[in-house]
Amino acid sequence: MIMNKIARFIFFDILKNKIIIFYTILLFILSWSVLGLESNYTKATLSLLNVVLLVVPLVSIIFSTIYVYNSSQFVELLLSQPVPRTKVWFNIFLGLSSALVLAFIIGCGVPILLYSSIETGFSLMIAGILLSIIFTSFAMLSAISSRDKAKGIGISIFIWVFFAIIYDGILLVLMFQFADYPIEGIMATLAGLNPVGLARIFVLLQLNISAMLGASGAIFQQVFGSGGGMGISIVVMLIWAIVPFVLSLIKFNKKDL
Amino acid sequence: MILVKNLTKKFGKFTAIDDVNLSFQNGHSIALIGPNGCGKTTLIKCILGLNVVENGDIFVDEKSVKDDYLYRRNIGYMPQIGRYPENMTIGHTIQMIKDTRKLSEEHLDTELLEDFELEKMYDKKMGNLSGGTTQKVSAVLAFMFDPKIIILDEPTAGLDPLASEILKKKIIKEKNKGKLIIITSHLLSELDDIVSEIIFMNEGKILVHQSVEDLLHQTNSEKISESIVTILKEMKK
Repeated sequence: MIMNKIARFIFFDILKNKIIIFYTILLFILSWSVLGLESNYTKATLSLLNVVLLVVPLVSIIFSTIYVYNSSQFVELLLSQPVPRTKVWFNIFLGLSSALVLAFIIGCGVPILLYSSIETGFSLMIAGILLSIIFTSFAMLSAISSRDKAKGIGISIFIWVFFAIIYDGILLVLMFQFADYPIEGIMATLAGLNPVGLARIFVLLQLNISAMLGASGAIFQQVFGSGGGMGISIVVMLIWAIVPFVLSLIKFNKKDL
Repeated sequence: MILVKNLTKKFGKFTAIDDVNLSFQNGHSIALIGPNGCGKTTLIKCILGLNVVENGDIFVDEKSVKDDYLYRRNIGYMPQIGRYPENMTIGHTIQMIKDTRKLSEEHLDTELLEDFELEKMYDKKMGNLSGGTTQKVSAVLAFMFDPKIIILDEPTAGLDPLASEILKKKIIKEKNKGKLIIITSHLLSELDDIVSEIIFMNEGKILVHQSVEDLLHQTNSEKISESIVTILKEMKK
């Protein structure tokens, strides 16, 4: 199957990449030091969560964006062969996200196995894996949106800043502005639209520490409940993983190379 | 056989190809010539599906290029500037294309591979190759899968005289097998023994589409280059 061959080629190409090796080691050292210093599994997982929520989306989106730009020659070479466009684009996505997921699993999963327990670390692993895929998907969309590499990377950085920082800020402002109105439902929905926020809520719900949920998370739990909240988070995160990629695919199919 | 029907291709406001109708028959070797930016490469990229066809249509062996990608099995393409992944070796690149083409080893045409002596350099990375060697890889890939249609964009631009002679011989050999060959070139002098038809493009339009014999007869010249110059001079009047 060519599908596997293209993805496999990209996968191994990325694994040889110095940045990915550095990223894996960085995650490993971070997880190892955070988990090793703290004897309380839950507290340690929480500290690690904050690191993962910042680092994983950032590295995934920037690395993938640059990789997609740099593989333009590879894409051109493949497309002059009897290979459909959808297959090429999907396999780049597949190769990139699986390499990033593997880096995350080795970097965070191994320390979690060694110093924590799978029960506590489980949701964090799921959240990290989903975030890697989601932000690869975003990267493909921003890379196809502009021919200019600098602009594409700019869009990617903006997406990251928006979801990691700005989004929660806007939610807070809204919450204070409309504190007198019954807006729980709207707030819960809005909180559930941010993949980074969702990943946090997902992990906190599993760890069962409502005190740490924050305003948006508390409302989220109030409205959806713990179990339902986790289910919904997973579904919404999967949608976030698919939608940007599908949009990028539509653009790619219409693109002149 | 390739049929181009009312093809118009625009990049923003710029019209690269303007309502072009063409037909390329098997067994012919056609030179596509014209000044820089006249739409030659765009036309080729449209045939290959690298540029999306929106207005008009192109049929390769009676199948529209818009429908699916399988028609590309019958096409071998040598790009003007081969752009390959820099960290792939020559061997990897060739293997990769073999994998996508899925043609059994005994059907592969490795004549050029042997003549260019590329197998010795299989471990070299594409990014470290000279322009000429990259062109050799492109040429090998274009001919390797015994395609019915071979499209060569400036084939001899970076090649040394020896390699360029090898390639020319190969082109003539394949043409005599009844294949359709499309060449774009600025070096008119080297086209003489290869081509049987001439298409002259300018600003996205076809100005001349004639067999070489007719063209030479009409302009009373012995060489393609001379006759083209004659035509150009007439047009300027």
